[in-house]
Amino acid sequence: MSFIPEFNFSQVFLEPWSNPEVVAWNAKVVAMGILVSWTCGVVGSFIVVRKMALMGDAISHGILPGLVLVFIFSGSLATGPMWVGACLAGLACSFCIQWLLVNTPIREDAALGLVFTSFFALGVTLLSLQGGHVDLDPSCILYGEIGLVPLSPSILIGDLNLGNQAIWSMGFVCVCILLGSFVFYRHLLVTSFDQTLARSLGFRVTGIHYGLMLSLALATVSCLEAVGVILVVAMFVFPAVTASFFFDRLPYIVMSSFPLGIIYSFGGFHLAQWLDCSLAASIATFAAIVFLPSCLFGKKNGVIWELLSNRSQKKPTI
Amino acid sequence: MLGRANPSFSPFGLIALGLVIIFPRILCGEQIQSIESFDVLDRATRFWEMNDRSVRIVVLGSVLIGISCSLMGSFVVTRKLSLFGDTLSHAVLPGIAVGFMWAESKNNLSMMIGALLAGFFGISCISFLVRFTKISLDSALGIVLSGFYAVGICMLTRIQKMDYGSQAGLDTYLFGQVTSLSSNDLIGILLALSAVVLFLLFGYKELLVTGFDPYFARSINLPTNLIQYLLWVLLGFCVITSLQVIGVVLASALLIIPAASASLLAKRMNFYLLISSVLGASAGLGGAFLSFLGDHLPTGPLIVLVSITFFLFILLVRPKNGVLARLIRSNGQTRRFAMENTLKAIYQVMEKKDFKDSSVHKLELMSRRSIASGPCQKEVNQLERFGYATTSYELQPQDKLPPELLISLTPQGWEYACRIVRNHRLWELYLTNEARYEPDHVHEDAEKIEHVLGEETVRKLERILSNPRQDPHGKLIPSLTDIQGG
Repeated sequence: MSFIPEFNFSQVFLEPWSNPEVVAWNAKVVAMGILVSWTCGVVGSFIVVRKMALMGDAISHGILPGLVLVFIFSGSLATGPMWVGACLAGLACSFCIQWLLVNTPIREDAALGLVFTSFFALGVTLLSLQGGHVDLDPSCILYGEIGLVPLSPSILIGDLNLGNQAIWSMGFVCVCILLGSFVFYRHLLVTSFDQTLARSLGFRVTGIHYGLMLSLALATVSCLEAVGVILVVAMFVFPAVTASFFFDRLPYIVMSSFPLGIIYSFGGFHLAQWLDCSLAASIATFAAIVFLPSCLFGKKNGVIWELLSNRSQKKPTI
Repeated sequence: MLGRANPSFSPFGLIALGLVIIFPRILCGEQIQSIESFDVLDRATRFWEMNDRSVRIVVLGSVLIGISCSLMGSFVVTRKLSLFGDTLSHAVLPGIAVGFMWAESKNNLSMMIGALLAGFFGISCISFLVRFTKISLDSALGIVLSGFYAVGICMLTRIQKMDYGSQAGLDTYLFGQVTSLSSNDLIGILLALSAVVLFLLFGYKELLVTGFDPYFARSINLPTNLIQYLLWVLLGFCVITSLQVIGVVLASALLIIPAASASLLAKRMNFYLLISSVLGASAGLGGAFLSFLGDHLPTGPLIVLVSITFFLFILLVRPKNGVLARLIRSNGQTRRFAMENTLKAIYQVMEKKDFKDSSVHKLELMSRRSIASGPCQKEVNQLERFGYATTSYELQPQDKLPPELLISLTPQGWEYACRIVRNHRLWELYLTNEARYEPDHVHEDAEKIEHVLGEETVRKLERILSNPRQDPHGKLIPSLTDIQGG
């Protein structure tokens, strides 16, 4: 058995969609992947243009103690309380960072690193003191398992079987975040690029900041069982940065997370089929694979064009 | 080139000396059998007695890691590059996986080489992205961090399905497990630390200059790029050797937290390094101790928790701007303001009665300041304690009511009250006459400034306003003679 298995086209591309036993399962996995990439992609576009990409990293780690505390006190893994706990912890994390920035000489990067590592450490310690629960163990939080999403119980209303709970709740969050960013688009746009103008227009800059942090926390916790806290950073950052090599206007960058999400999800799925490895990680890896050529050959500021144009510009001066 | 570091002060020299003394003693001990069977207390005593070899390795390893990481971390944090450490530690994951595959077992050397290469590749990717594209630094860090990590997890999950991958142990790299340290690892850690100490001994001034003033450094022909790369190499060494103890996810914490705590206390770099290395060492020790107490407690998070406890403690008690100091100071200030306001209120009550009585009723004072009886009593007590007022009881005409409290000012109290009122009214006058404020807009400002006007400023104001007698509302400004006359 070699590390990179032989590439078998029919096994990788045809079988998942032709074998009736696995089609439903695979469809659920891919649907979940798409929803995750859309949700994170939209939120991520706003944090990337605000130059706060690492805030995504910080908040995604920072929600852990909230989750664990809710789990310890309620003893269940019910979605609602978990979300509340995660959102509160995410807000607390961002509040602590702000407090350190305002009240101490510590600079932004150090404050960020300090707060999220300690929040995360608190969460992991609490978790390991619990003796390791089946559904909530450190490695699951670190890299999730989107492949197990179809195992989530079905929602039943009366006799009506609505289908997979995980996908429904992910879809709910996705719709909420899409609606939220649609309604507050103007606010987000102005506060992202010109805070002074935003203030003079009467927008609540701090409120919008915390709102964005809240949606980061919400997106992270809803993606948690699918992709884990670190890979979610890839889902936040890659769509927006990849799109920025093709477009330079915010609406297009936000919009392009939709096609990119579909590409990532299918690509990652087939990559995992081929390599037989973690699905979530291969979705993120595929995002990186898509990023590379767009960084080199992208229409706007692609590295190759930049280098070529630089050379042609320099020639006459020499 | 700059001269060498000042030999009279070097914490690094001290550290090196200490190591030379301690190191041989620690490794000669007997390996005892497994520690599974003891309860917590037993484990604690076993840890602090340090009789058996594995405990010594654990202690030494975690302390050394604490020192080396926090020393490097100080330079990274002061250069505002804290999150490089985070990215670096995540980016080494594919290297660890490749090293594992290469040796087909958990061979520390090959994994370390792999990690080092991957870390370098990661750092070069960041500088490539920042230099050749318009991606901002934070996005570049996020891309490299999550992209490399994703590839690493792909590889690790793949390895776990291979024949040789079934043996566990790779998990320790995610959160760290100090008990998995062997004496070989210790040698690696020691090498990293001595490299750091050597670098600091021979390039301390250069590091300082390039960190705090890169333009100056370039202008005196220092090889800034070389120093930068050396810094990355050493940072990579420290992070990678620390991975077994603290884990990939939290490795950056040991770089950032001790240095950030030191930045709350120290103004000069050598003091900064000293504090941060002491904090790092104690955090390593504390984390190792705590994780030793339980079964399979991950060490990394515990080290982070210990060091954040130190941080919070320093935040609380640091001398000038600490939370406690600020609380005390603000309390003292609010108390003074409240006292001055009471004095002023007493003056005003007396003024209303044209200074016929030499004392005021507590009820009048309460209504003047619009406060309840309790707080008013507190303030009066305070005035008494400072000797600004005396109190006496006046029996009411009807016996049924409780006796009324009478407050009269002492000469010092009278002088103080006059001073505050004068400050207030002078300032009001100044605002209306010189700054062209409307008379009904000046009260709020004067309320604030009356507490902080110094004697000299008051003289100046009087000169500017040519010793006025009346404020804009037609009230008398108490002058120096009034104050002394009583």
